[in-house]
Amino acid sequence: MLKSPLHQFHLDHGAQMVEYAGWEMPIRYAGIREEHEQTRRSGSVFDVSHMGRLSVQGLHAKRLLERACSRRIGTMDKGQCRYSLMCNEGGGVLDDVIVMRQDDDEFLVVVNAANREKIVGRLNAIVSERSLKLKLEDRTEKTAMIAVQGPKVMDLIAGVSSEIPTLKRYRFTVKNLMIMKLIVSRTGYTGENGVEVILPANMVPMAMKLLMKDVDPKDPNAVLKPAGLGSRDTLRLEAGMPLYGHELGEDINALEVGLDFAIHLDKTAEEDGEMFIGQEALIATRDSGGPKRTLVGIELEGKRTPRQGMAIRSGDETIGVVSSGCASPTLGKPIAMGFVQAGRVEPGSGVQVDAERAVLEGKVVPLPFYKAPK
Amino acid sequence: METPTDRVYSESHEWHKLEGDTLTLGLTQFAVDQLTDVTYVEMQPSGTGFDAGESVGEVESVKTTSDVYCACAGEIIGSNPALEDNPGLLNEDPFGQGWLVKIRVTDKSGLDSCMDADAYSAQLAG
Repeated sequence: MLKSPLHQFHLDHGAQMVEYAGWEMPIRYAGIREEHEQTRRSGSVFDVSHMGRLSVQGLHAKRLLERACSRRIGTMDKGQCRYSLMCNEGGGVLDDVIVMRQDDDEFLVVVNAANREKIVGRLNAIVSERSLKLKLEDRTEKTAMIAVQGPKVMDLIAGVSSEIPTLKRYRFTVKNLMIMKLIVSRTGYTGENGVEVILPANMVPMAMKLLMKDVDPKDPNAVLKPAGLGSRDTLRLEAGMPLYGHELGEDINALEVGLDFAIHLDKTAEEDGEMFIGQEALIATRDSGGPKRTLVGIELEGKRTPRQGMAIRSGDETIGVVSSGCASPTLGKPIAMGFVQAGRVEPGSGVQVDAERAVLEGKVVPLPFYKAPK
Repeated sequence: METPTDRVYSESHEWHKLEGDTLTLGLTQFAVDQLTDVTYVEMQPSGTGFDAGESVGEVESVKTTSDVYCACAGEIIGSNPALEDNPGLLNEDPFGQGWLVKIRVTDKSGLDSCMDADAYSAQLAG
């Protein structure tokens, strides 16, 4: 099993470790609910080193990503991040990724841990097929990635950098901090303000000391505390963000997920250098009246937790399936995302979730469930 | 975490503490750690009878929903009222205040298949 460069940090802070996508990662420290609330109230530090970090450099770097990504890459500025999907030929989702443009012909692509090998394989296949000139390097195990998220995070960072708090959303900067080169992006997966930092693996002990230097995680009022994958999942679900294996997958049409902003069906070989893999299938989906299912949010009554795979019903009729669910700490009620037949429901529609042991009454609500106050 | 020696343990990580013909049933530390944060507990209503090895209720956590089994036959006397408003008590004190349910034992022979604390700890270590 792979170990994160923060492994010792996790053990020192009493983490409960679990296997996740081939990595030994912390699921929680103090408790999932406590870490969730700490992130919404103040700030948390998440180790996301298991995410794949792929560097693409060279003459055809942009062209490779234009072919692989559903979103237009060529119009990105240096220092910009873009959320995109990668699709299969049928318009299903191979992965969701963040593309960072470091230079005209230099990119970093952050992919899901479970999909890293698959995406490297896909990119290499495009390189061979098109005879592209570029260097693709998997930097995952040489680097670490840390997400610092929460409403008080930017104030804390202002103490060490005046530039980072001025970064716009989905922009990044490269900082030289003592002898470390850090890539700091204003991105995240919690619905809160914050940053994600990529740094060399061997610099992690020093970086964590610096980040946590004025922070005592045992102090109940600590600005920052470590948080694990458990709260990362409930936070992203409240924020309405999809997770591969739940809302995204190779058998899920990319247009079902409500991510149309990240799917540029108007890419052309002439203007953009490439159309993306899956584009033709998705154009056909659109032209035949759109996807057959759409992703919706559901708020539920009671205390039971909706789970992936449970049926969504309207009376006696099954109209969909739950993709993710949790007992929402912020809303104080169970919430779920799920796919339902297109056109069957709208916000306010009553639905039921079949939890086997009980039927949960609910209603459709707009996504996200939670938005950080401005 | 110490494994209390005043009770016996099942393969499915329930502890059974018998006093007279009243059994208190709960989950072990190992079990609640596997579940992660407990969000909801629902035991069968008082008066429900069951055979050895049957489900007497379920525990929901952030990660999963899990049945709770009793190793012997009996009848539900009542579940832990403190867990209704504070299911996290099960994580905090699974061998004590986080007990799940009291049972009137009708046939205690099922308990013979349970492990003592040493055997249970050895199974976890193995």
